[in-house]
Amino acid sequence: MPRTLIEPQFPIERLSILDSDGNLDAALEPKLSPEDLKRLYRAMVLGRRLDERMLRLQRQGRIGTFAPIKGQEASQIGTAFTLEARDWMVPSFRETAAMLWRGWPIESILAFYAGRLEGGRPGPTQRDLPVTIPVGTQLPHAVGIAYGIQYREEDAVVMVYFGDGATSEGDFHEAANFAGVWHGPVVFVCQNNQWAISVPLKKQTNSRTIAQKASAYGFPGIQVDGNDVLAVYVASREAVDRARAGDGPTLIECVTYRLAMHTTADDPTKYRAEEEVKAWEQKDPLTRFRAYLERKGLLDASVEDAADEEIAHGVERFEALPAADPLGMFDHAYAELPAHAAAQRAEVAARLQASRGTGGVDPPEPPSPPMRGQRTTSRWTA
Amino acid sequence: MAKLNMVKALNLALLEEMERDPDIVIIGEDVGVDGGVFRVTEGLHRHFGGRRVIDSPLAEAAIIGASVGMALYGLKPVSEIQFSGFAFQCFHQIENHAARYRQRSQGRFHCPMVLRMPYGGGVRALEHHSESEEQFYAHIPGLKMVIPSGPRTARALLVASLRDPDPVVFFEHKALYHASKEEVPDETEMMPIGRAQVVQEGSGLTLIAYGAMLRVALEVAETLQAEDGVGPEVLDLLTISPLDREALTASVAKTGRAVIVHEAPQSFGPGAEIATSIMEGAFLQLQAPIRRVTAYDVPFPGFAREKANVPDVARVLDAARETLAY
Repeated sequence: MPRTLIEPQFPIERLSILDSDGNLDAALEPKLSPEDLKRLYRAMVLGRRLDERMLRLQRQGRIGTFAPIKGQEASQIGTAFTLEARDWMVPSFRETAAMLWRGWPIESILAFYAGRLEGGRPGPTQRDLPVTIPVGTQLPHAVGIAYGIQYREEDAVVMVYFGDGATSEGDFHEAANFAGVWHGPVVFVCQNNQWAISVPLKKQTNSRTIAQKASAYGFPGIQVDGNDVLAVYVASREAVDRARAGDGPTLIECVTYRLAMHTTADDPTKYRAEEEVKAWEQKDPLTRFRAYLERKGLLDASVEDAADEEIAHGVERFEALPAADPLGMFDHAYAELPAHAAAQRAEVAARLQASRGTGGVDPPEPPSPPMRGQRTTSRWTA
Repeated sequence: MAKLNMVKALNLALLEEMERDPDIVIIGEDVGVDGGVFRVTEGLHRHFGGRRVIDSPLAEAAIIGASVGMALYGLKPVSEIQFSGFAFQCFHQIENHAARYRQRSQGRFHCPMVLRMPYGGGVRALEHHSESEEQFYAHIPGLKMVIPSGPRTARALLVASLRDPDPVVFFEHKALYHASKEEVPDETEMMPIGRAQVVQEGSGLTLIAYGAMLRVALEVAETLQAEDGVGPEVLDLLTISPLDREALTASVAKTGRAVIVHEAPQSFGPGAEIATSIMEGAFLQLQAPIRRVTAYDVPFPGFAREKANVPDVARVLDAARETLAY
């Protein structure tokens, strides 16, 4: 018997509409209203400015370790923008801009990174999961939520975020496989920012693109210029519409770049060249979109100041939060605290009571949890 | 009243609860058309269809991970891992997520789900098909860990687990599936999670067991009664976590002696927590050191040697007699 070609080539598209030199492909330009274009820009600026402020807050010790988003604003806002309130968003740990767009209060985000459980609580009707830290493990959750949507025949979709490193995890492949088999309304958004801490993409996968990994699971994958908010928006709009129409999942690979460190606990100069960072700074998603809006006469000079003011109010609200009550650790561990844990709670309560009674000080807040890749030894080796 | 074996009793609980609650879905490998490798879900696919009884792809992490998503969404998944020895491939989903979502989201989301897994030795099976790993789950805050000892407790505890607002790891001993039949009430019966049961009142010694070890403990009690004239108390734990410390303390405060039997290896196993709880609650009443009869601290051996590893009547009887003679 002859060898027979049973699969044709899987074509993978790359979508780019507004490049870093400001060139626009007018045929592909989305028909967004001036108001929507302004909203996109405001959201990207807010994400950038909060990121910068958080870095200062972290350096001052007012919040703990966090994962900066600088450079990835278009990937996040271009996708989150296509969701409705009834849709679900499943973040990993580098989606601060998308979370802001979805309505997470600034003070919650800051509280979360200050080690406060309260910061992880979504609003009462908000369909967003809190930050997930173990890499890639949130992807199956998105697929399960999508199954629920199918089960109840609801008009909603799920968008799940992850990085290039996550595509090496088994959970990515298992989730993609389940999503393909179940044909669920899931949009997989990979922010391919080129670096998983210190490991570059070429050491992460031998695939030419991440988008093509979708082909193995029987659904479309597309690569987009992740620093071009128009391209990200168009790809995401298509994927969300497809999911909503019952036509199954899509994988969007946003090719972007992490301009800052993995988290505030690492030093990227150890593993990547300054020239590479400089080259990507030329492709900054904000610069080209600002120029695009300027050409259209839509640039509002007050956007940056307005973002800073919003952030300042958020920081004020964060700093006005009462000290973390140690007893809070027992809240929400179970629906009803089992007897032995209730006894432990009573013990903590009694100790607190005693220390207050003697004019003692409250026990210090526990340090915020270290994240993957945190170099806890640096202080000893420095 | 109908006499059912444990497989049929579990099947009955699933059938009744699924009829009561349309949010319950079953997901796992071979749970649908095939009815599960142990037939626990037999007939449910025919009755409820493939949307509610899901033959999933073969991937434990996504079975549990997707179940977490379903639970967050508002469904109530019953997720079957074909053998507990394969659950290490989804352990991260259990510890990182199922157990933590209530706290992480500060009560906005929770994970009401039941993770069913066959466990335990004595069935002449291949590697990874005979282990007892309850201690791993019992150690995780946010989870509950339940192990029935026969058809009636299996049905009543599975119903309770399905109605529990928190994730429950539910172990079913393979050797018990077809071991015996028991009267199971016609009406839905529910036993509270977190409560042990005194299955035989007695004095002089408390035998503490769960799962398939309950039968061993009862046989030891019978032998002690016949040959030694001692009628020990037998406690069936039923829930490993949260542990019923009150029942343990009450029994041993009365009898003064305790022998704990479990199939998990000894070191850092459930026996250590049980013994410490007894010591904390009944130290002054103890007449003898607490003994543990458990599997040995080695990986579970092939089935040609499993009889020497899993506690049997002779080993428990020796420990009981030494404790009584102390």
